[in-house]
Formats: sequence, C-alpha cells, structure tokens
Amino acid sequence: MTPTPSTGTGTHRAPAKTAPSRPVGRRFTDRNWIGGSLGWVWLVIVMVPLYWLVITSFKTSANYFITNPLLPPSDLTFENYQLVVENDFIRYFMNSVIVTVGAIIPATLISFMAAYAIVRGAGNRFLKTINGIFLLGLAIPLQAVIIPVYLIIIKMELYDTLQAIILPSIAFAIPLSVLVLGNFIRDVPKELFESMRMDGATEWGTMWRLAFPLTRPALVTVIIYNAVGIWNGYLLPLILTQSPDQATIPLALASFQSEFGVNVPAVAASVTLTTVPIVLLYAIGRRQLVSGLTAGFSK
Amino acid sequence: MTSLAPPVVRGQEPTRSSGGRSGSVLVWMALPAFVMFVFFGIIPLFGVVALSFATWNGISPEIKLTGLDSWTAALTNPNLPNALWVTFLIMALSWLVQTPLSILIGTFMARQSRYRGFLAVLYFIPLLLSSAAIAITYKSLLDPNFGLGAGLGVEALNQNWLGEASLAIATLIFVVSWQFIPFHSLIYQGAVRQIPASMYEAAQIDGAGRMRQFFSITLPQLKYTIITSSTLMVVGSLTFFDLIWVLTAGGPGDSTRALAVQMYQLGFQASLMGPASAIAVILVLVGLGLSLLLRRIGGRADQSQLEGA
Repeated sequence: MTPTPSTGTGTHRAPAKTAPSRPVGRRFTDRNWIGGSLGWVWLVIVMVPLYWLVITSFKTSANYFITNPLLPPSDLTFENYQLVVENDFIRYFMNSVIVTVGAIIPATLISFMAAYAIVRGAGNRFLKTINGIFLLGLAIPLQAVIIPVYLIIIKMELYDTLQAIILPSIAFAIPLSVLVLGNFIRDVPKELFESMRMDGATEWGTMWRLAFPLTRPALVTVIIYNAVGIWNGYLLPLILTQSPDQATIPLALASFQSEFGVNVPAVAASVTLTTVPIVLLYAIGRRQLVSGLTAGFSK
Repeated sequence: MTSLAPPVVRGQEPTRSSGGRSGSVLVWMALPAFVMFVFFGIIPLFGVVALSFATWNGISPEIKLTGLDSWTAALTNPNLPNALWVTFLIMALSWLVQTPLSILIGTFMARQSRYRGFLAVLYFIPLLLSSAAIAITYKSLLDPNFGLGAGLGVEALNQNWLGEASLAIATLIFVVSWQFIPFHSLIYQGAVRQIPASMYEAAQIDGAGRMRQFFSITLPQLKYTIITSSTLMVVGSLTFFDLIWVLTAGGPGDSTRALAVQMYQLGFQASLMGPASAIAVILVLVGLGLSLLLRRIGGRADQSQLEGA
C-alpha cells in the first residue's frame, strides 16, 4: 500500500459510495457466522465426552445403567474414587510424578545450557554441528527407534526401573527445547550481554544471571510442553517396564479398564483422577505464561 | 530498541565471543545435552538400521547378523500390504478432516474477544489428555451395551462403533481429530493473527465480503502454515500407536492395524526384532520422504518451519 492510505487515494471512485451506509446491515454481513457456529459446535464436540466423564465418575455403578447418561447423578457418590485409590492409584501417581519431575528438571537445565551455548557461540564449528544434530533430531520419531532404545536399556541393566523411562524421556525432550529456548535467547538484546562482559562476568555467570531470568516465559512453555508429553507417555513405560510396581498412570489406566470391566463409573473416575493434575498444571502455567509475557522486559 | 547505542562501546574488546577461552566454556555447556541425545537418539537411529539386518528375539543376549533375512521376512509378510493401506488411509482421512476444520476454527479464534478467549481455553483441554485416557474414554462412551447410545436409547448412536471394520476406522479418525484439531487450530490462530490488518481494510474498501476475504486473503496468506501443519499431521499420523493400541489394538481383525502397530506386534509380541526394525526403518524413510515432498510443494522451506510455531 502507499504510505498515505487514509487520504483516500482511490480517487477514481465516487466518494459517496464509501460513506458508511446501513451500519446495522453492514455489521450483520461482517459476522463470521460459519466460523461462529462451527466454533460452538466444536465446543459441544470437545465438551460432551469430558462432561460425560466427570458426571459418570460420580454415579453409582447400579445407577449408571438406569439413568440418562447425560444427566448429572441424582445420588452423588465418591465410591468410585475410593475404589481407584484402593487399587494402588497413589503408587502409579507417584511413579508418574517421579518420572515427569526426574526427566523435566535435567532436560530443561541441559537444554537451556545447550541453547545458550549455541546462540552465544554462533561462530564455533563444533557448536554448529551440535545444533544441526538437534535439528535433525526433531525429525526422529520415538516409535522408530524404540527397539534399539530397549536394547540399550537392557544392556544398562535398567529394564523395569523408572530410570529406564526417565533417560530416553530426557533425550527426546532436548531437540525441541533447545530450538524454542534458543529462539528466545537470540532475542535478548546484544548490549545486555556486552555490558555483563564489561562488568567482568563469566559466560557461566552471564547465563544464570542474565539469560536465565530473561528466558523465563520460554522456560515455562518448554516445561509445560514436555511435562504433558512425559506425564502422558505410553510407549516408553509399555516397552521398558513390565512389573505393576513400575507402572505409570497411562499404563495403569489401561489395566484399570480391564480390571473394572463393566464398572464404567470406576473407569471414568480413574481417567478423571489422572487428568486433574495436568489440567491444574496448565491452569497455573497459563497464568505464569501470561504474567511472564506481559512483564514487559524486552519491549 | 536501543540498537543505536552499541557502536560507542565496541572495539574495546574483541567482539567475537566464540573465540578463545569462552568458546571452550560454551562447548562444555552444550556437551551434556549433546551426549544425552546422541546416546538415546542418534545411536538408536543407526542401531535400528543395523538391527534390520540382524536376527534377535528381544530376550536372549544373542544378536546375529543375518543379512537381508529380516528385510525379506518383513517385505513378504502377508500383513504388510494391509498395514501400508491402513496407514495411508489414516493419514489421508485424518488430514482431510482436520485441515479444513482447523483452519476454520483457527480463523474464528484469531479474532480477539473475551468469549473466544474462553473457548480457546476449553478447546485446549484434549491436548492435555493422554492418548490412553482418550482411548479409554471413547471406548466406554461408544460401547454398544454400556455407552452413550445404549443409555440414551438413540438408535443412530447405538452402533458397534469399534467392532465393525469400516466403522472402526471412521471412529479412529474422529478420535484423532478430537485429539489434534485443537493443536492445529492454535497454529492457524497464530498465523491468522500475523496477517496484516491493512490487507483486510483494503479488501473491505474494495467491497469484498467476508467469504471473499477468507478465500482471497486468509487462505493464500496461510499457505506456509498449511504446509507446516500438514507436515506435522502427515508425519505424526505415521506414529499413532498408543491411541490405536488402547482403542482397538489394531482390530477388529486387522482393519486398524497400521505400520506402527504391526511393528510393535512383530517385535514385542512375536519376538521378531529384525523384521520389526525393518518396519521401523520404513517408517523413518516414509516420514522423511513425505516431509521433503511437502517442503518442495511449499517452496520456501525455512520460513514455513518457523511460521506460527
């Protein structure tokens, strides 16, 4: 467009025609009714299974079969949750917590260090190669390399332990984390690094005192993204563990389902209970994300 | 930005931070992540190729190199054509269903208003659930005896959704879309928000309606985002395993037995790690080939990778 669009450069047009005619009708045609109705229809599609899940988890199994499945329970009960908890739920939950936290913390730290090094040492050939390998790694699906990973875990004598799930989880969180964190560190103004150096800070000190706080929103994003993926991971626990002692929540869900069978409310309770922590994390992280982004440090 | 300030300071010290001592410090910083990823990512990538030329039952310590035996076994397996067909079907159908819906929902969400923000929060929820949880929910919900259809007494809803071959694949596509459309609409939402408002203003002055604006501005501007999102969808569909495994375990019969499922069954149930590795190699090659193909269609490959991500 020309730099002076407001003066009405389209002079070949009759000026009367661009006058605001029929504002009400105009607004009506402006409305994106296809997108709008689709938006609401999609909301129903998304919410119906979730709504059904939650209300069913509070029904008694006897009541479930005789009531309308989409109506809330007439006699609210917590017995399904009790049944799930009695079936070793706490252990599976703790296993998932250990795996997720145990993978997230080291994965985030080493990814952040690598991202910092790759951005700051842009001219270094070795760091360039490392970056290239991480980019290549984005294209490697976990499923495709699961057999050699299984072999490595057996050789390390870690089969059927929680570490067996943690180690590959860390490795497969690295490529995307480095990419996202690197893009963010790149946005930190060069003058800030320069002034840190004038003050005699080492690279190590600059990383922790300058880059780390400034990268916080990206760190939160990376942590949430990886936490969801690891918490929900099914393939690694399925292949790298076998005893119920080491099962994480997604595996436990599958065994709950075969155990509870036709007790649909108990199945619903187990799914609801496993989903709550990650929804809570999202709820907390969302606010942190927003406050981090609106803190206004970079713009 | 204060981009005018630095020249005054420059020159006092060598500006190349990569050289000298700090360079080696930086290499040390990158090393832990590098070692970790090489060990569990790159070595297994070579390992899977090596194992596809070997025989191993997954339990015994004995792994023998047996040349092309595993490849012959994998390629002549009577189940392979079906697995390829099912994989293709899932890929094509899930793309056809997800892409238009994601674009429309993303465009809808891109306009800022409070209720749309609220909807976006709710849309996001399926992304937080594990594939196992989603599969179990739908299994219960669609059960012909205990599910929604039976409970409501609605004949049309009360099908054996997961028990009949043609219905099972359609149900799978629906569940996949339910799970992943939120993610792709977020990508499109971000991309639509980057389209300059002046383009729409210009179109409005020229008298273009909303439909016309969508097809003449929004869609063409989304071209690279469509390539990115499609690449993620298509390559991602190759690796659907958890969802299919918990939902149908490949059944009924072999109607939803995709390549990833067949790989698992061959390797970890039939103890044929060699042929299973061959299928894994096929998965990697098909995935790489498809993403290269989509890049070529997209043209500007580099930008499309970054857009909306």
